[in-house]
Parts: sequence; C-alpha cells; structure tokens
Amino acid sequence: MNQDDLKNLTIEKARDLLDSRQISSLELTEAYLERIENTESDVNSFVTVSKETAINDAKNADILIDSGNQNLLTGIPLQLKDNLCTSGIRTTCSSKMLENFIPPYDAFVAEKLKNQGAVLLGKGNLDEFAMGSSTENSAFQSTKNPFDITRVPGGSSGGPAASVSASQCLFSLGSDTGGSIRQPASLCGVVGLKPTYGRVSRYGLIAFASSLDQIGPITHTVKDSAMVLNNIAGFDSKDSTSLNVPVPNYLDKIDHGIKGFKIGVPKEYFQKGIDPGVEKIIRDSLKVLEDLGAEISEISLPLTSYALAVYYIIAPSEASANLTRYDGVKYGFNYSNAENMWEGIEKTRQFGFGDEVKRRILLGTYALSSGYYDAFYLKAQKVRTLIRKEFEDAFQSYDVLAMPTSPSTAFKLNEKMNDPMQMYLNDIFTIPANIAGIPSISIPAGMNNGLPVGLQMMAGALQEEKLFQTSYAFEQATDWHKIKPDI
Amino acid sequence: MSNNDDLTSEAIRHLASLTRISMSDEEVEKMRDEMSNILDNIAVLNEINTDSVDPTGHSVDLKSVLRDDVSKDSLPTADILSNAPNYDEDLIKIKPVFE
Repeated sequence: MNQDDLKNLTIEKARDLLDSRQISSLELTEAYLERIENTESDVNSFVTVSKETAINDAKNADILIDSGNQNLLTGIPLQLKDNLCTSGIRTTCSSKMLENFIPPYDAFVAEKLKNQGAVLLGKGNLDEFAMGSSTENSAFQSTKNPFDITRVPGGSSGGPAASVSASQCLFSLGSDTGGSIRQPASLCGVVGLKPTYGRVSRYGLIAFASSLDQIGPITHTVKDSAMVLNNIAGFDSKDSTSLNVPVPNYLDKIDHGIKGFKIGVPKEYFQKGIDPGVEKIIRDSLKVLEDLGAEISEISLPLTSYALAVYYIIAPSEASANLTRYDGVKYGFNYSNAENMWEGIEKTRQFGFGDEVKRRILLGTYALSSGYYDAFYLKAQKVRTLIRKEFEDAFQSYDVLAMPTSPSTAFKLNEKMNDPMQMYLNDIFTIPANIAGIPSISIPAGMNNGLPVGLQMMAGALQEEKLFQTSYAFEQATDWHKIKPDI
Repeated sequence: MSNNDDLTSEAIRHLASLTRISMSDEEVEKMRDEMSNILDNIAVLNEINTDSVDPTGHSVDLKSVLRDDVSKDSLPTADILSNAPNYDEDLIKIKPVFE
C-alpha cells in the first residue's frame, strides 16, 4: 500500500480490505509506520512511536482475522493522546513531570481497543496536561498543522488531530475539557467528537478537570467516528461518573437523513471576533443542511459569553486539586538536590511543570481559597446550572444546534503564546458544551485561504445519534472531508 | 470579585507556598500580571443574578457508588515501585521530614 493510498483510507475501507484479505494488518501497520517516518519531521505529532508493539499487535490481529474472530477495529492502526495510560508504554502528558512515567495499567479505552485487536502506533502530543489550545505548551515539541507547517494544529489534542489529518493513523483518541478534541479537529480538517459527559469511561485518563474531561474519537469521516464510539462507549465500574445506560449502535440511524430536523443556530456564536471567512463558510453550511430538509431557525442563548469565565474558574480549581499528586515521591520527575522533603516537593513542582500548568494551579487555588470560594467557585457552579438549563430548554424545541467550532482558522506558531487570555478565547465556542456536559462534534465544512474550517454541532445529553445523523448527511452532500494536506 | 488590586506579589507568593511550587521573583511578577488580567475577565459573572440558583458540580446526576466489600488483587509492589524515583527494598524513600 503506497503513501497516497493511505490518504484516501478510512476505518470503513480498511475493514473491507482486511476482511477480504486484500491487505494484512501487518502490511497496513508497516505502511503507517513508514508514513510516520516520512512525515514526522514536519508534523511532530507523536511523543512516542511504539513500533515494536505495533508490529506485534498487527501480527496478532492477522491471526484473529484469519480465524474469523475479528470485529470492527481488529487490525486497525491508531494513535492515543499521550494523557491516556498505556501499560508498559511511556505516558507523558507532554510534561517534564511524567517524561519517564511508564504506567503499570491500561486506561479503560486503551484496554478496550487492545482487546479488540486494534493496533497502537504510538502516543499523540498535547499541550502539557491538556492545558492549551495550540499544543505549543508541550514540554517536548510543537506539533505543526499539516495544511501549513508554519501554523498550529490547535489543542490540546493537536497531536491526535494532526496525525489523522496527515494520514499517519486511521484514528486517534483525544480528550476534551473545553474544546480540546473539536478545536484541533476544526483547524486540521478532520472529524472530532466530544461525547456526553460520562458516555466514555475516564479510568486511566490522566485527570485535568474531572467534571469536564471526556474522551472521544478523532477520525477522517463521520461514519468512522460512530464506529469508534460504538467500541469505546459504555459503563465502567472504575469510573464513578460513567453512565450506566445502554449504548445504541451508532451506525443504525446514521443514514436516516435529516428531513424535518429542527436545527437551532444561536446568534451569540456569530458575534464579535469571528473571522468573516469562517462565518461565511458556516452560513453556507447551514444552507446545505436546509437543502437536506432540515428546518433552520436563529435562536438566542444569552449566557453563551459567560461560559468562558465559568470554565476558567471551574477547570483550574479542579486542576489545582488533581495536580497535587505530582510531588516527585511515588512517580514522575524528582528534584534530587533538595536538603529536605518540602524543598524537594517545591523544586520538583517548580521545574517539573510548565508556565501554563502553574498558572492554572495558582488560579484554581485562588478561586478555592477561603474568602474567595463563594465569589468564584460557588458563583461559577451556579452560573453553570443556568447554562445547563439554557441548553436543556433549547433542546426542548431543537434536535441539534449548529455553529462554528472556532472563531478563526489555524493561527501562526508563537502568535498567541505571550497572551494567555487571547489563547483562552480560541475555545469560546466549544467550552459551553463541556459546561453543560452535552455531546458535540466538529466536521470539515470548508476551506478559508487554504485552511480548514469546522462546523460544530451540539445535541442534548446522550443524543449522539442525532449528531451523527446530521453530520453524516452533511458529509454525504459535500466533499470537504476529502481535502487532504499535501504533506 | 472584580477588585484585583489586592492581587499583590505577596498574595502570589502565598498561593505559591500553598501549592508547593517554588517561584523566582521574576516568575511571581509575571504571574501577578497574567492572573490579574484573567481575573478581570472572569469578573463578568457578577453581571448574573444567582441568588436562588443551586450550584452544579457535575452535569450528570451523580450517585455515590459503592462496590461490594470483597478484596481484590492489587497491582504488584514491584510494578508500583518501578516508577518511584527512590526506593529501598519495598519502601519509597524520601528526604528527611524533620531536621
């Protein structure tokens, strides 16, 4: 299989090739490893390439396929964001703190994929501890946007989005706390899904903000996204926030069309700061949905602009608690020249964490400290209730909401690194779904000056099927998902 | 809540000590400026009346989850210690706590 063939491959097509024995998983895996080798110096999407285990996994997958015991993902090469624990394979969170950490166990999703015979190619780069919107906060490397390597891939799942975009793997799993799957998917021209909070177990996902974090797929197509979600969703007793409700087959209704679907377009997502080129593409996309039979109405969600402030209280507060565990004692980076234990911990955290991580730990500690708790943390939790209610009310009348994923296309490397607030504004359209816990998807919807633009859609809790149905109908009617970078 | 004039360098140093992160004077000053700016932006929440609103901790309704009190195998000690920076036989070693 040559490099150009890989560019047109999807999980769906690869499944056919594997099942009809036109290609073996080993051949497919070797082709991807070669592709990674050829493109990685430009893209920098992998923190670790696990070549040996990948080849081993592929050989085992071929045995399963030969004996007719395969399922949808057997033999399919993938990447995992490097905040998902993989037993025996280094898991760094792109932090100096965990540079040499080798987990003794698998994350729930890693184990599920392993049990199905999927092939892990390696671990995807991210903003340190998933804090950021450009992947420039990685302690190791900046990932580049495959459509223009002078630009960022978005973040924090920049490695996963760039690797799928550059056809270095068939899919990757990311995590999304405030847009970390959808925003990079938008900037890299791929499909990114944040499922309902609790739909996918977070066991083994290194915690950032526990009430917002959710794992989801980054794929070439909407159908691939549904195929992956089918295989990672479900209850897990090891995650007390995991939802114990049945998982539908997300492929069942995917091609049912959207005739009569009511789609709300919140006007607050088209106000100040949005790139006019992006706005035009989203407006054109709404016409496509209308032509497919959906009823499009403008609506108002007045609390939209407050979600960012809620997020920048809740996420750092939870992060400040979650990151207390990094003390250089049980695992991770350790400052060895300290005189006593406290100095050891303080220097370990000084040199082990990057600037953005420290900023959020301090901000969260401030918001939770006595005298400020009511004014910040409790206030944010109350506004969170109102935002949630605003969405619940909207979904009484609408099947799906549609809006841009990001106010702009991919920006230049280093362009926003010196202004944290400017960086935070990248997630202004994605954060509300995390605050409300609802599912949301970003799909390729157009190109603006050679750079991809994503259309975002949101649905009510556990209504992923509606997102897939709408996205699939759009994808079938357009060719944007077929545009690949030249790399 | 919008009054961030009280976010002094002293306050940043206090937060740094609470969070057990050593910071240089230069880092403290930079952090103060950046955090003040972020807090100014966060202050918009004061525009919303939340007097009779209950807080949301999680977007799903959480119930306390208890498992049956049955012992299970834990990870082997050697697997846990393999990531520890310093250990001696089955014990993790740290620097002196008391001088």
